[in-house]
Amino acid sequence: MSRTPTIASKTNSDILISFDGVSKWFDNFKALKDINLSVKQGERVVVCGPSGSGKSTMIRCVNQLETHQQGLIHVCGREVYGNMKDLEKVRREVGMVFQSFNLFPHMSILENVTLAPVRNIKLSRDEANEIALHYLERVQIADQADKFPSQLSGGQQQRVAIARALAMKPRVMLFDEPTSALDPEMINEVLDVMTELADEGMTMMVVTHEMGFAREVADRVVFMDEGRVEENCSKDEFFTGGRGERAQVFLSKILQH
Amino acid sequence: MTEPPLQTRRRLTIVDYICFGVVGVVIAYAVYRVSDVLVYNWNWSRVFNFVIYYDEETARYVPNLLLEGIATTLRLAFWATIVAATIGLVMGYMRTSNNLAMRMVSRCYVELVRNIPPVVFIFIFYFFLSGQLMPLIGIDDLDRNGDFVNSSLFYTLFGDPRLFSNFLAGALCLALFEGAYITEIVRAGIQSITKGQWEAARAVGLSPLNVLRDIIFPQAIRKILPPLAGQFITLIKDSAIVSLISIQELTFLATEVASTTTKVFETWIIVGAMYFVLCYSFATLFGHLEKRSMRARR
Repeated sequence: MSRTPTIASKTNSDILISFDGVSKWFDNFKALKDINLSVKQGERVVVCGPSGSGKSTMIRCVNQLETHQQGLIHVCGREVYGNMKDLEKVRREVGMVFQSFNLFPHMSILENVTLAPVRNIKLSRDEANEIALHYLERVQIADQADKFPSQLSGGQQQRVAIARALAMKPRVMLFDEPTSALDPEMINEVLDVMTELADEGMTMMVVTHEMGFAREVADRVVFMDEGRVEENCSKDEFFTGGRGERAQVFLSKILQH
Repeated sequence: MTEPPLQTRRRLTIVDYICFGVVGVVIAYAVYRVSDVLVYNWNWSRVFNFVIYYDEETARYVPNLLLEGIATTLRLAFWATIVAATIGLVMGYMRTSNNLAMRMVSRCYVELVRNIPPVVFIFIFYFFLSGQLMPLIGIDDLDRNGDFVNSSLFYTLFGDPRLFSNFLAGALCLALFEGAYITEIVRAGIQSITKGQWEAARAVGLSPLNVLRDIIFPQAIRKILPPLAGQFITLIKDSAIVSLISIQELTFLATEVASTTTKVFETWIIVGAMYFVLCYSFATLFGHLEKRSMRARR
């Protein structure tokens, strides 16, 4: 399915997400400090950094699950902000996968995936089921389509969550620590799906501690600390020592084992 | 094949016997007081005729005032529950809204109802309702001879057409009163849904209405079904209050029966038993349904 670019995005058509001087406060705590960042079409950006550094907050600002108070965020050529009209239209262009899966427990796996297409673009049940099964097959879980989320393992649930996000055919995928809540033996099945997605050219923004994944898949690594973007460089630069002191300390801590 | 170990039978301890003994003594004393000390001429059949009586002409048993009263009570509870649930759903959602005005409206409603005695609330509301609201919606102009009004369906749903405006006032009073409690149940239900569900629903691009309809309400309602069932039973009992504004339900008719027969004890014991049977059957039914739905959900 091809997409016609919106008028606004023609100007710099290959930038899908951009942050311009974005700041965010939680009450008096400044969680994001003057973030400048952009993600191009087809780019895979891995965001890492110590906990509490604002990685999740930043990625959640993209689809406005968190609202920013200063600066501009553009997604797919449209400016997004707190109580904008048609926010859901922008969200449909942006798939999101959460740390805790957040599948809808009262719906079957198939219904979890078909819900958005049926409601948002008024697809018929059959069409939606077809699309859903296609994506469930891609994450290799189509045989569980009639089960309920509680009957699946964590890794399986997270793969369903990826299929659910893909079913809206988003232009960008956001991953907010997708493997942090998983048992070790299930991490790889999720990372494999993500790697495959990256190979197919999906634009991705991934918050993760999985440095192996970053090394394999990322085009660019963003390192955050205390609400600031401390590093924003190519993967090779980041892993071969072109990094600053804080990033070095962080890396040495998580790569010890 | 290994068999499960036999359950060791729990024996009654000395404490149990003492408890039984005490209860037995109390009952025996009550019976003694009533039969020997109290000079009272018991006459159950006189009152029982007001539950159901034998019509010699048609040679059939015919339900009398008290059975009609309990039917009205059931109708009241049914309609009041539907209206109260609607109020509760809307107000309960408003209680959790981000909008200050909406929160204030629902908060005021809940606090007002909860902090005024039910009887006072119902008096105030009834005199406003029958004085202002009923003429406004034209209930008094209801065509008494219309097809629907005279149909048996109407009678089953709303009772005697002549008492319809009276019935409606009672049902609305009850609904507004119970709605406040259902509001709080719904609020608790909505707030029990984790933030992640809201976020996931929004992230896939559902409209705000669909987020509520598809994700939040279905999950919330499953959680609040047991307290809601309990509230329905409470509502049946609370419906006795509307007898004070002359709604002809069980308690109202019981006062009439008691004064015509002068058999006060028998009347109220029978009426109490009727309420008990009704409420206890519903409680058992709901408990059964709940257990079954738990099993269905594994």
